[in-house]
Amino acid sequence: MHKPLTLRFLTALDGKSWLALGLFLAVTLVAVPLLHLYVAPESAFHVSAYAITLFGKIMCYAIVAVAMDLIWGYGGILSLGHGLFFALGGYAFGMYLMRQIGRDGSYQSDLPDFMVFLDWKELPWYWSGSDSLWWVALLVVVVPALVAFVFGYFAFRSRIKGVYFSIITQALTYAAMLLFFRNETGFGGNNGFTDFKRVFGYTITSPDTRLTLFGLTALLLALTLVFARWLVTSKFGRVLTAIRDAESRVMFIGYDPLWYKLFVWTLSAILCGIAGALYVPQVGIINPSEMSTANSIEIAIWVAVGGRGTLIGPVIGAFVVNLAKSWFTVSFPEYWLFFLGLLFIVVTLLLPQGLVGLWKKLAVKPGATR
Amino acid sequence: MNARNSYPSLLDPDESDGSGGDSSGQQGHRIIPGELDLSHKVILYLDDINVSFDGFKALNNLCLTIDAGELRCIIGPNGAGKTTMMDVITGKTRPDSGTAFFGQSIDLTRLSEPEIAHAGIGRKFQKPTIFEQHSVFENLELAMKTDKRVWRSLFACLRDEQRDRITATLRQIRLDAQADRPAGLLSHGQKQWLEIGMLLVQEPQLLLLDEPVAGMTDDETMRTAELFVSLAGKHSLVVVEHDMAFVGQLGGLVTVLHEGSVLTEGPLSVVQEDPRVIEVYLGR
Repeated sequence: MHKPLTLRFLTALDGKSWLALGLFLAVTLVAVPLLHLYVAPESAFHVSAYAITLFGKIMCYAIVAVAMDLIWGYGGILSLGHGLFFALGGYAFGMYLMRQIGRDGSYQSDLPDFMVFLDWKELPWYWSGSDSLWWVALLVVVVPALVAFVFGYFAFRSRIKGVYFSIITQALTYAAMLLFFRNETGFGGNNGFTDFKRVFGYTITSPDTRLTLFGLTALLLALTLVFARWLVTSKFGRVLTAIRDAESRVMFIGYDPLWYKLFVWTLSAILCGIAGALYVPQVGIINPSEMSTANSIEIAIWVAVGGRGTLIGPVIGAFVVNLAKSWFTVSFPEYWLFFLGLLFIVVTLLLPQGLVGLWKKLAVKPGATR
Repeated sequence: MNARNSYPSLLDPDESDGSGGDSSGQQGHRIIPGELDLSHKVILYLDDINVSFDGFKALNNLCLTIDAGELRCIIGPNGAGKTTMMDVITGKTRPDSGTAFFGQSIDLTRLSEPEIAHAGIGRKFQKPTIFEQHSVFENLELAMKTDKRVWRSLFACLRDEQRDRITATLRQIRLDAQADRPAGLLSHGQKQWLEIGMLLVQEPQLLLLDEPVAGMTDDETMRTAELFVSLAGKHSLVVVEHDMAFVGQLGGLVTVLHEGSVLTEGPLSVVQEDPRVIEVYLGR
């Protein structure tokens, strides 16, 4: 069984999955740009800017869902505070986008508008370097990772588990939301960051920029899926699920669950941070409501609807729930939360394996083995 | 406490007579921190251990020593403190007072569960605890003695000799035909065997076995007894069991626990005649 690492990466997915992944990339990286740029808007085949933004946004959510599946589906740790890491990545990249506005803001100042409004004379120290893409890219990864690592270290070392852990993560993201609501925190208070003009020096609303961000998101989603599949099929993944199923047994055969949980927890936070950074330029706004407790609970619902511990399920769940959401919030805005609650109850009671489980059940003919 | 890379080399048969004093006896003795030191022929010392839960004294000045290579049975009525004693040895429960040493130098009260496992103590739970979602083979793969840090697990690949070791163990515990089945589908007795197999590939110096034959057929029980007897000498075993026939088959010394301390100790035939033991078992 001497398998080089690259080969193990290649065998992480079977043939069909690679084909599906290739098809997904062909659609998102080739077909969608062509249909958006070269097909007339009147044509039925035209892909609208609205659709690109919507699907770009949902793909960001899908990355978060996969990150959530790693810790919840495979690690058995239910986080109800993952919106925090998503928002932290978003805010980090938002700082860069604010600096890219330059003097085109309402006050024609070097400072972001909200700082002028607060009568600040210079950038706070933690904004230094925020005009550099590389520095900000580093922050997008490091800030969520650091918050997750420190929080996770103390929580897992104290052996906080189950519902207690979930509640603490809720408190964590709620506390962060209150912090970011304050104007003094220096992140734009409850308005957050918006009115972006440019990204990487290009106009943020131009079709090319939009397609580039869309393509980057698609690429990252594909990479996340392959990497996650490799991770859960490695021995690390087997230890992780073993911790989920019988933690004390894992300890008594000599693994320290602390570091295993901490690794996957931090990794999950990093993925959320990167997804958040790609989300902000596409939707054009980041504010503290991204850290609300309801947002984080919604992430768990995507995963539950799609099917825990399947990786592809959470992606499907993120698409289904968010497409339903964008339809509902237009057609019946007042009923969306009822529908979401109902969905969660139905899935919990009737579809413990989510949509993937349902599909597996239907695909297997009755009487056939497995 | 870095006990991670300190596997004692006692598993080599030429050193496994448990004396350990052959090279060090004449020229004085060097203590290597974290290394299992069997120079006094004792692998486990428990001295004056007290554990109480909300005022209930689970262990009450418990004193117990196990010699290297010994096969010891622990019996006692329910609530005598047998499982609590194992919890103390494996680091799950910290004693309120008292000392617990593994060999001469490893203080068990200062180590975490994984550190104790690395030092060389393996444990089988009363209720079979295996990874039900994993295949039988994977259960053994996870238990096998190796570097168990995160980074190693990420890039771990089974070497041929490790694969052979698992295959040999599968044959030993008679689960070779079930290797690829999810462990959750095994019968109760097979799960017990799998957990014993996991202990074997872990290669501990000291095996703690809590009711290992519960739920086994008579035939399986007999084979388990044979296996344990063959392990003694090379390993040290502490077996908690209610099944007196099984205890008799094992043939080692028997320690009777009662209300958290040792009531008496001796060969089974002697212990069974002891009026205090009879009273403890029948008087309730």
